[in-house]
Amino acid sequence: MALSGMRGLSVFISDVRNCQNKEQERVRVDKELANIRTRFKNERGLSVYEKKKYVWKILYIYMLGYDVDFGHMETMALISAPKYAEKQVGYIVTSCLLNENHNFLQLVINTVRNDIVGRNETFRCLALTMVGNIGGREFSESLAPDVQKLLMSSSCRPIVRKKAALCMLRLYRKNPDVVNTDGWPECMAHLLNERDLGVLIAVMSLLVALVANTPEAYWNCVPKCVQILERLTRGQDVPQDYTYYGIPSPWLQVKTMRVLQYFPSIEDPSIRKSLLNVLQTILLRTDVVKNINKNNASHAVLFEALSLVMHLDAEKDLMSQCIVLLGKFVCVREPNIRYLGLENMTRMLLVADVVDTIRKYQAQIIASLKDPDNSIRRRSLDLLYAMCDVSNAKNIVEELLQYLTTADFGIREELALKAAILSEKFAPDLSWYVDAVLRLIDKAGDFVSDDIWYRVVQVVTNNDDLQAYAAEKARNYLDKPAVHETMVKVSGYLLGEYSHLLARRPGCSSKEIFHIIKEKISAVTTVTKAILLSACVKVLMHCQPPNQELFEQATATFRRYENSVDAEVQQRAVEFLALSRNGLAMVDIMAEMPKFPERQSALLKKAVDTDGDAPEVSATKLRLQQQNSMALVVADRRPPNGDLHLLSVTEAGASNQYPKHAAVAESQASEVPHSSQSQVHSNGATQQHASGTPHGDLLGDLIGTLAIDAPPAEPTTGPSDSQALEAPPKSPAISAASADSLALVVLDAAPTQVQPLKSVSEWFRELSVKDSGVLYEDPYVQIGLKAEWRNAQGRMVLFFGNKFTAPLRNVRGSVLSPPHIRTRSAVVPETIPPRAQVQVPVDVACIGASRETAVLDFSYNVEYTPVKVQLKLPTLLNKFLQIAPVSANEFVAWWRALGGPPSKIQEVVRGVRPMPLTDMADLFIRLHVGVLPGLDPNVNNIVAATTFYSGTAATLCLVRVETDPLDRTQMRLTVASEVPNTTYELKELMKEQLVDIPSLAQPSRTSASSLAAMGLTAPAAALAGLI
Amino acid sequence: MIHFVLLISRQGKVRLTKWYSPYTQKERTKVIRELSGMILSRGPKLCNFLEWRGLKVVYKRYASLYFCMCVDADDNELETLEIIHHFVEILDRYFGNVCELDLIFNFHKAYYILDEVLIAGELQETSKKSVARVIAAQDTLIEHAKEQSNSLSNIIAQATK
Repeated sequence: MALSGMRGLSVFISDVRNCQNKEQERVRVDKELANIRTRFKNERGLSVYEKKKYVWKILYIYMLGYDVDFGHMETMALISAPKYAEKQVGYIVTSCLLNENHNFLQLVINTVRNDIVGRNETFRCLALTMVGNIGGREFSESLAPDVQKLLMSSSCRPIVRKKAALCMLRLYRKNPDVVNTDGWPECMAHLLNERDLGVLIAVMSLLVALVANTPEAYWNCVPKCVQILERLTRGQDVPQDYTYYGIPSPWLQVKTMRVLQYFPSIEDPSIRKSLLNVLQTILLRTDVVKNINKNNASHAVLFEALSLVMHLDAEKDLMSQCIVLLGKFVCVREPNIRYLGLENMTRMLLVADVVDTIRKYQAQIIASLKDPDNSIRRRSLDLLYAMCDVSNAKNIVEELLQYLTTADFGIREELALKAAILSEKFAPDLSWYVDAVLRLIDKAGDFVSDDIWYRVVQVVTNNDDLQAYAAEKARNYLDKPAVHETMVKVSGYLLGEYSHLLARRPGCSSKEIFHIIKEKISAVTTVTKAILLSACVKVLMHCQPPNQELFEQATATFRRYENSVDAEVQQRAVEFLALSRNGLAMVDIMAEMPKFPERQSALLKKAVDTDGDAPEVSATKLRLQQQNSMALVVADRRPPNGDLHLLSVTEAGASNQYPKHAAVAESQASEVPHSSQSQVHSNGATQQHASGTPHGDLLGDLIGTLAIDAPPAEPTTGPSDSQALEAPPKSPAISAASADSLALVVLDAAPTQVQPLKSVSEWFRELSVKDSGVLYEDPYVQIGLKAEWRNAQGRMVLFFGNKFTAPLRNVRGSVLSPPHIRTRSAVVPETIPPRAQVQVPVDVACIGASRETAVLDFSYNVEYTPVKVQLKLPTLLNKFLQIAPVSANEFVAWWRALGGPPSKIQEVVRGVRPMPLTDMADLFIRLHVGVLPGLDPNVNNIVAATTFYSGTAATLCLVRVETDPLDRTQMRLTVASEVPNTTYELKELMKEQLVDIPSLAQPSRTSASSLAAMGLTAPAAALAGLI
Repeated sequence: MIHFVLLISRQGKVRLTKWYSPYTQKERTKVIRELSGMILSRGPKLCNFLEWRGLKVVYKRYASLYFCMCVDADDNELETLEIIHHFVEILDRYFGNVCELDLIFNFHKAYYILDEVLIAGELQETSKKSVARVIAAQDTLIEHAKEQSNSLSNIIAQATK
């Protein structure tokens, strides 16, 4: 390899190539790195040649994917060398190894600037190239004027000027606020006269970035751009070098047309006319040719022209030519062209009313849905979704349903959502809609989000004539042996509400329906069990005349779940059991669900969110985030639909200041104002599960308490009041003063006695192992919290609920974060309207391990008396843990490798809350510490592993607990990880969790005072209860 | 704009990477792993575009090497495809019927040729002749430096003999 000219480098590369496997390669690379490291230590003795060689080697190793954490300074030192050969290596390798956020880069700004303003043209080129590739903010600040001078200079050669143009582009694109663009429109117009096409292309790229930000400033460039286009399409004056397979610079043509697409519209008639002429020429003369490169290049120009025509909203005949072309493209075999045809046809639908024309190609588009190419299938799905209307909905939905069973997993959820939306939006009749969605759930239950079946329930509830039909369908589906859980939910619900409408049909008597439901009940999750129990009681109620046998069966079913571990199921079972004894009186209580208020389908909202978010999350937002925090991991983008669920719910809630379920519950309560309390209960509970929203368990618990305590026939209360009335805390609890003073400071509490309803530290303790729950509650305000955690990132949503009948004023909430945690929170509104709830998202990123948590500094006024609390937020270490699957061998190896303190710390913990080992294992799992059963031969020991994420680092942590079967209150806890601090913090955290015993017996000050507070504010609470 | 350029061999080995958007080392590794998995598994007669995290990856296979460029979702895909071909033609002209081995042993040259084709993720020069001229000039400068240093070290060697 004579060309490389560096023997040492070539030898190293061949060595690496000759390695048989990855381990050998690593050994060889490590050896080389060690060698380079020692050589660099004694830099004096290095010759220029060696320096260059080692720096190239570092780049090669880096490119192979190995971490290189040294040598950056040596590389950058080459930039300051006097000779071209060294400078070049320095510049190129620096721009490959570092990115714009690297602090080291600031060290070379001066050298780079000297090269840019200096006389040496080759140095100038090197410097401009590097700044163009990795220049960040500091570069923009200090270099922009110099670079602009070079671009405008008439004495510089084209090679410098085109580099200057692109360098300018980078500096501007990264920091448009730093670069002063006064006078640029004139400069740009002047630059467009450039004769050298190389410079012109670079200038055009710069112009694209400029007009993208401020099109109105660059009107003067429009005529020039059109002229350039004319010149290029006629092939006038284009040097041979700049034609590509006979086409005059296709890239310049594309770029110029791109510029024109940023101007809202082109009014000047003569310019518009010449532009349309050019476009007409391009549309007409582009033909399919054999040479693939020529074909690609000419079609690149053609597709750009199509975009421009669509943008200009041009004359009818030009548009129809476009459609004809696109129609041709969606039918060709060549995959690239077909892909682009589908993509552009979808775009076309957005700007022009061309559905009728496009429908001609429906068959071909559907054929593309079955193409082996995933990219094409995706485009085709988008297009079908966009072109669907009443006339073809049946057909298209049918195709989508068929495709569902063969589609790849990544796309299924989106597909299911789209099918559901289309079948609702364009249903020729509602029974078809019910059919389609039930089939969808049947075929792809796993991919059907809850929103989809909620919507079916809403539609059926609101359309009386649909109910019997839906119930019959539900019966048929539920009767099948293997049914998807979601199908059980929706069918169970529908049968509960409407099966009585079928009573006269064969196989649909109350008894038979009850039997079908009962069959399923044992094999489903608790959420579904709850729905089915409600369905059972409703079927029982509708059985007229009462049937003794059915009654006994139902009672037996409820009995079975009387002792269920799940509070919700148990509560329903107990209540229904009690209710079913009331016989006819039950009819009032179990009345049919009221109609839903008309509202936009949540699905559509979701689809919009998804569409809007997908590119944003990944592209622009990602880049933004990267600039702000290095902690982000690229691949952790939310999947298009899945995780956005929570997000869309949150947004929906934020827009009307109510979380969805609260709105639903409230609307029901207000529509049925005089029904008895219990009825609202069962409705509320059902609905709450139906909407499955953030603090389901929270409300469920609260309702539970009330349901048992409250007298049965008390009139008119909605579920929301139970929140306010949740006075007698279920676990009286709380280890008082010390803990409280830790978490809570009540300022000026004397006059109003605003006290939390429970101990703040108790709530905090619960949240430390749960992801949703109450953070704080007093007679006026409730703060709920729901969090999602992923690696080093987290998102908490704080729900500030005003329980009071007057608006809460002067509300302030700020999140204070300790040094190892970064938070960013939305602003808490100053006023919360009566009984409204406000959601405040807080983004969290963990940078290091510590026991300190972020704190919410919250205050508000009750009639001019300020209430101020400081609440610890559960940003505990364990939230940034993820259970690590570690095999026995790995565990032992790691355990041995992490020898002793400070990496491995051991402590004998006393005063442990005595609990069986299984409970302890459960606790570990809730702390995100994965227990590895069977790894330790001693059954009294637990070993566990987890990964701690902080910043971009992931640390494997190992845990071993040795308990003494004779004395459960003490144990030996050993924690090991590579990072001593993490080890220590994790050990402390686990100790806290194991030792901290809530003293259940001790009656506490807090509960007493909260009762007192309730006494004082009872009228307010009662008023709040009227919600 | 082009966010990054990747050259991956059929075995998934990286032959060249160039990042115009800021990615940390960790992210870079992840991106490469993810994309090489997706691209290498695609069949031969499919289209050259891949939708990925809201961006588009345009790729083309030349013999044993995949050339990939990642662009914004609304960028012109065919244009990017021809930028790839343009780069390949320039390499071809420089090395004379370029093969993977050339790029392995002369990866540094590949880097500075790329720097003459793209800057800031945008196309810099579309004239092959003009690029070839610049590269040739650079090569002379480097050769020149080598000769100088050789003669210099000869002088020193002789002086210290």
